[in-house]
Amino acid sequence: MNVLEFTALVWLGSVIAGFLGSLTGLGGGVVLVPLLTLFFKVDIRYAVGASLVSVIATSSGAAAAYVKEGISNIRIGMFLEIATTLGAVLGAFLAVRISTGTIAIVFGAVLLYSAYVAGQPRTKDPLDDVPDPLATRLRLNGSFPTPEGMRHYCVRRVPAGFSLMFGAGALSGLLGIGSGAVKVLAMDQAMRIPFKVSTTTSNFMIGVTAAASAGVYLSRGYIDPGLSMPVMLGVLTGSFLGSRMLFKAETKSLRLVFSAIILLLGAQMLYKGMAGKI
Amino acid sequence: MLGVPTWSDRKVEEGIGTLLRTGVLLSAAIVFLGGALYLARHGESPTDYRVFRGEPSELRQIRGIVHEAISLRGRGIIQLGLLLLIATPVARVIFSIFGFAAEKDYLYVGFASVVLVILVCGLLGSS
Repeated sequence: MNVLEFTALVWLGSVIAGFLGSLTGLGGGVVLVPLLTLFFKVDIRYAVGASLVSVIATSSGAAAAYVKEGISNIRIGMFLEIATTLGAVLGAFLAVRISTGTIAIVFGAVLLYSAYVAGQPRTKDPLDDVPDPLATRLRLNGSFPTPEGMRHYCVRRVPAGFSLMFGAGALSGLLGIGSGAVKVLAMDQAMRIPFKVSTTTSNFMIGVTAAASAGVYLSRGYIDPGLSMPVMLGVLTGSFLGSRMLFKAETKSLRLVFSAIILLLGAQMLYKGMAGKI
Repeated sequence: MLGVPTWSDRKVEEGIGTLLRTGVLLSAAIVFLGGALYLARHGESPTDYRVFRGEPSELRQIRGIVHEAISLRGRGIIQLGLLLLIATPVARVIFSIFGFAAEKDYLYVGFASVVLVILVCGLLGSS
């Protein structure tokens, strides 16, 4: 395959990854790295570098739209970014020190978990209950526009959410992904933030989280311009299309299809990592 | 009124939105230009990403990347666009510090500053 053909195919794959990632809130990175390593036979270090760059683009591009619509909660984002950036720096330092096989195994495990999360029916948005004192002190509670007008919400279990976000950041730095699945666990399940707010706020945080580990990747030579170019431009195109559809798409069947894809990719990553083929 | 976004919150959000959009569009345009140049010159060459060699040192640090881009090398220009992309969220955090300061929300000025310090450590500590 010559550079032109390779670039075109990688671009197309990245458009699809970005589109699905944006719609499901799981991020494009989670399918990008397996796509590049399993189908295009790219070394996992180049794949992780290109994915990390694309993750910054996706996040910032989509976040620009969501923030202006007033759905994202910038205080929740800013506060939790302390945890995710710390984790990301740690993850990136680990990534350049452990074997590619180990990275593939961890990646496989995260994919399987993401498939499980994506396949779960969405948790019911919590009712507006008693404010949590810590969340109130940190001014994390907020409101967002719905078709029925502004809806207020209260944030719960801040320390648990914060700790989980540290883990999400570490995985992001280690694997070059946005780790949307772990963020969903932290924000939807632990902190009880309404789905639309948590999805868009998580998107908002991903760029900063990825930027924290990008310096390590760049200086180690993981970020290849020839590969990152189609990946970044493709994912950006896909996620732009996805963000246009957030309010209309029927996400239930889509999430099932996406989780099936992730499940297959995860199993394959695990197998290849354990067999020493990556 | 606790937690209900104020007018000033909205203004910060609008500013952040504009900043992110500009950063991403500008970096995407630079990456696209560099990519076009790269493909025009090397489109017919074979690809091989199977073996990890790591990027050459001039594509690993800011000074080298700027030099390569000024010499109008396709890969250098792409890398410059990617640098700008990495700088976009960092700029967002800096903008947030000023935004929160304008709202006299010093707790969040503190949080945003901590994030900025971690980002700078990550970017510098590696080189």
